[in-house]
Amino acid sequence: MKRFMGAIALVALFGAGGAWVLTSPSLQATGTEALPGGASNLENGRTLFYAGGCTSCHAVPGAEDKTRLGGGLALHSPFGTFYAPNISPHPRDGIGAWTPEQFVRAMRAGVSPDGRHYYPAFPYTSYQRMNAGDLRDLFAFMMTLPAVEGRVRDHDLPFPFNIRRALGFWKLIYLDGKVFEPAAGKSAAANRGAYLVEGPGHCAECHSPRDRLGGIVSEQRFAGGPNPDGKGVVPNITPDASGIGSWSKSDIVELLTTGFTPEFDSVGSNMAPVVKNTANLPQSDREAMADYLKSLPARPSAVKKAPK
Amino acid sequence: MIRIAAAALMLASGAMAVLAQGDVIAERKKTMKANGAATEAGAAMAKGQAPFDLAKAQGIFRTYQEAARTMPGLFPENSKTGGDTSAAPRIWEDMAGFRAGFAKFEKEAAEAAAATKDLASFRAGFAIVTKNCGACHEKYRIKKS
Repeated sequence: MKRFMGAIALVALFGAGGAWVLTSPSLQATGTEALPGGASNLENGRTLFYAGGCTSCHAVPGAEDKTRLGGGLALHSPFGTFYAPNISPHPRDGIGAWTPEQFVRAMRAGVSPDGRHYYPAFPYTSYQRMNAGDLRDLFAFMMTLPAVEGRVRDHDLPFPFNIRRALGFWKLIYLDGKVFEPAAGKSAAANRGAYLVEGPGHCAECHSPRDRLGGIVSEQRFAGGPNPDGKGVVPNITPDASGIGSWSKSDIVELLTTGFTPEFDSVGSNMAPVVKNTANLPQSDREAMADYLKSLPARPSAVKKAPK
Repeated sequence: MIRIAAAALMLASGAMAVLAQGDVIAERKKTMKANGAATEAGAAMAKGQAPFDLAKAQGIFRTYQEAARTMPGLFPENSKTGGDTSAAPRIWEDMAGFRAGFAKFEKEAAEAAAATKDLASFRAGFAIVTKNCGACHEKYRIKKS
């Protein structure tokens, strides 16, 4: 909150003109690169669709078919309530009329085809790591899903969070625009795991605490945090004793496949839909993700265990 | 049959009255732990890490059915909080849906028990029945620590 007020003060300092320039969606240079040519790989698109967990937020709530991306799910947050939009291929109500370039721009810069900022409830801070070829394939796959009619209501946010333009400042702090770069000294599998967890998987978005402006606290990345919708906690997934330090690689793979922890508890809340997605990934991808999680720096849980 | 049911009902309601708030929370944790232990044994057999044992397989489904019958009665109005419970408030807002989840769990466990003859049939039934775990936890449980 303080930092937000600071941002407001900054606006006053720069004057309205300067602020207008600084918050411009067109200032976001990312996601404007040319797409690779050739045919899209739908199978790769499908894998990324499940790695990205699109259906968890965008599927019509309560519907059996999770590929109907008509939106409507309410996401409660300290900043207000967000409503996941329709991202089905419906040409009027969804994203059916978008070009692949517009999709890449949305995923990597958080900017809509009509040039407005998206709120970071849409985790483009992670999706920006995805490379253009993967995004093209993902878009092509999404275009094969059912078109769902109906637009979703607007977000319900109080002032000042209802000023989209102000997100330009937020992006200056939290959006670096960098595509994932495979580390030279690491195996292809290790790089694949890092890419899936940090990029499409966007694990850190829920498994990290956030600061008052809603940005991830980087020194506590993956150390868990309060549930963004206010109920309970999201666990620490670093290899600390307060996290999943005692888990083997196959324990993590098991969780991402069936939802069972090493104690044979079954994960619930917002992780249950995540498992439905990761269960659709190739086994090698789940193994790569497990390896990467085990390679993370061990960090004590950001949320202390509730007193009994 | 009606008499037995009535007697069971009286016993159950009597037992409920005796159980204080903390006790029902401890009781449902114990029941869920038993489910977890059964699932662990079942997963080991399904994956071939333990030899298939028909009696054991039937026992797993029996544990599930018993849990499905006991659990719905362990959530009285006065047990919404306390005892480090991870029960979601939604249980009491949607008691009908919560009970329906257990009814489905019990029915599918009974069907799987009846269909289990060998490892292959056990695997198939076990996969269906254990889908209920996550489906209920998604709606009705909140992780607290």
